[in-house]
Amino acid sequence: MSTFYFIAFLSIFFSILVITAKNPVHSILYLILTFFTFTVHYILLNAQFLAVVNFIVYMGAILVLFLYTLMLINLNKESEPVKPFMVKIAGVFGGGILAVALASSLKLVATSNPVILKNPDLGLVKNLGKVLFNEFLLPFEVSSILLLSAMVGAVLLATKDPKTAS
Amino acid sequence: MGSTADILIKIGLILIIFVISLVMAMYSTYAERKVAAFFQDRIGPNRAGPWGLLQPLADGGKLFLKEEIIPTNATPFLFIVGPSLAILTACIGSAVIPWGQKMTIGSHVVDLQVTDINVGVLYIFGVVSLGVYGVMIGGWASNNKYSLLGAIRAASQNISYEISMGLSIIALLMLTGTLSLREIAEQQHSWHWNIIRQPLGFILFIVCAFAETNRTPFDLPECETELVGGYHTEYSSMKMGFYLFAEYINMFISSAVMATLYWGSYNYPGMDWMNNLLGPTWGPLFGFAVLFFKILVFIFFFMWVRWTIPRFRYDQLMDLGWKILIPLAIANIVLTGIGSTLLTHFGY
Repeated sequence: MSTFYFIAFLSIFFSILVITAKNPVHSILYLILTFFTFTVHYILLNAQFLAVVNFIVYMGAILVLFLYTLMLINLNKESEPVKPFMVKIAGVFGGGILAVALASSLKLVATSNPVILKNPDLGLVKNLGKVLFNEFLLPFEVSSILLLSAMVGAVLLATKDPKTAS
Repeated sequence: MGSTADILIKIGLILIIFVISLVMAMYSTYAERKVAAFFQDRIGPNRAGPWGLLQPLADGGKLFLKEEIIPTNATPFLFIVGPSLAILTACIGSAVIPWGQKMTIGSHVVDLQVTDINVGVLYIFGVVSLGVYGVMIGGWASNNKYSLLGAIRAASQNISYEISMGLSIIALLMLTGTLSLREIAEQQHSWHWNIIRQPLGFILFIVCAFAETNRTPFDLPECETELVGGYHTEYSSMKMGFYLFAEYINMFISSAVMATLYWGSYNYPGMDWMNNLLGPTWGPLFGFAVLFFKILVFIFFFMWVRWTIPRFRYDQLMDLGWKILIPLAIANIVLTGIGSTLLTHFGY
C-alpha cells in the first residue's frame, strides 16, 4: 500500500510539473515520467501486459512523436501567438465551470467497495487474450475498424488536393 | 522468493552479465577496428599490448581524462541525462535473455537468466523503443542544429523500423505461442531452430535491428558527411564515450536477441548427448558458450556489413522501411497463418 501511495504521489507531482514547466520540451519529458509511473501502477495491479503496452505505445511511440514535433516547431517567446482578450476571458470562464463541475461531482463520490477479482491473474497476456477473443470479440474487432478509419482520414488530410496543389 | 543464497546468486548473475556487456562493448571497439583493417587490407591497432589488445583500455583512459565541455547554450542537466539514458537503456535489455539451461552447482540450481517475465519479448521491445530518448534528449540539449537534425533523424528512423520489427516478431509469436524468452528458447531444443520456420521473418528482423542500433547502412543520425558528427557533435570525453558504448552494447544485446529468437539460443544439435557427457554443471555452461559463439558471429556480421555497404540516402531509408519492409512483414504474417493452419489441418 505504501508503494502505491508513493507512486501515486509521483504521478501527481510529475503531472503538475507538466503543466507548470515553462519549456514545452521539458513539459514533454515530465509527461514521459508521468507515463512511467502509470506503468508502475499497472505492474502493482498485476496487469503485466497493460504495463508493457503502456510502456511501448505511450512512452516509446506516442511521446517520441510528441517530442519530435515539438523539436521541429520554433517555440520562442517572440513567436508565441498572443490571444485576443475575449478568448482569454472565455478560457478562464470555461475552466471555472469545469472546476465547479469537478467539485460538485466529488460530493457524490462514496468510498467504493473494492471488487475482488475472481481471477487475480486476469492481467496476464494469456488470460487477457482469451477474454478479448471470446467475450469481447466484437468490440475488439470494431475498435480495429475505428483505428483503420482514423488512419485513412489522416492520410486523406495529409495528401494535397490535386486541384489546389498546382 | 528464495533464500539468501538465491538472492546472492541473482546479484552475482546480474553483476556478471553487466561486466560481460561492458567488456563486450570495449572489445567490440577493438574488433571493429581490426575487422575494418582486415577488409581494407591494413593491420589495424597494434601498438598497445600484444596485437594491440590493450587498445580499448588506452581509449577508455583517454576518454576519461579528456576535458569535459558543456556548451554555453546547452541545457546542462539534459545534456548529461542524454548519454546516461542511452547507456541505461542499453544495459537493462539483457535482464530477460536466457543465457543457458538451468545449471546445478553443488546443491543449488542456478537459473542462467535474471528474470523470466511472461512478457519478455515485449519487454525487449519496450527497452528498444525507449533507447531513442537518449539520442533525442542529447541532440536537443546540445542546442546545435546538426545535433538536432541527428536526433530527429534517429527518432523518425526508430519509430519507422519499430513497426516492421514488431510485425516480424508477431509472425514468430504465432508459431511459438508464448512471449517468454525462456520458453521460446526451450522450444528450439536440439536443431528445431525458429530460423527454419521463419526465414523471411528473420531477414526482416535483422534489417530492423541494424536500423534500431543505428549501424551502417542505417547510421543516418550520425552521418558525418552531412551533419558534422550527428547527434553527438557537441559531446566530448566520457559522455561521448557513453554514446559509443551504448551503441556497442545495443549491438551485443540485439545479437543475443536474434540468437535467442531465431537461431536456437543455447541449443545445438546433439546437446542431450553432450549434456550427459559433461554433467549438470558443465553442460549448461557449454550451451552458454554456444550461445556466445552465435552472438560473436552476429557481431562480426554487423561489422562486416558496416565495412562493405555504403550508407543509404534518407529518403531511401524511409522508402525501404515503409514501402518494402512493412508490406513484407504483413505478408509474412498472412503466410505464417495460412501455413500453420494447413500443417495442423493435415496433421503435422
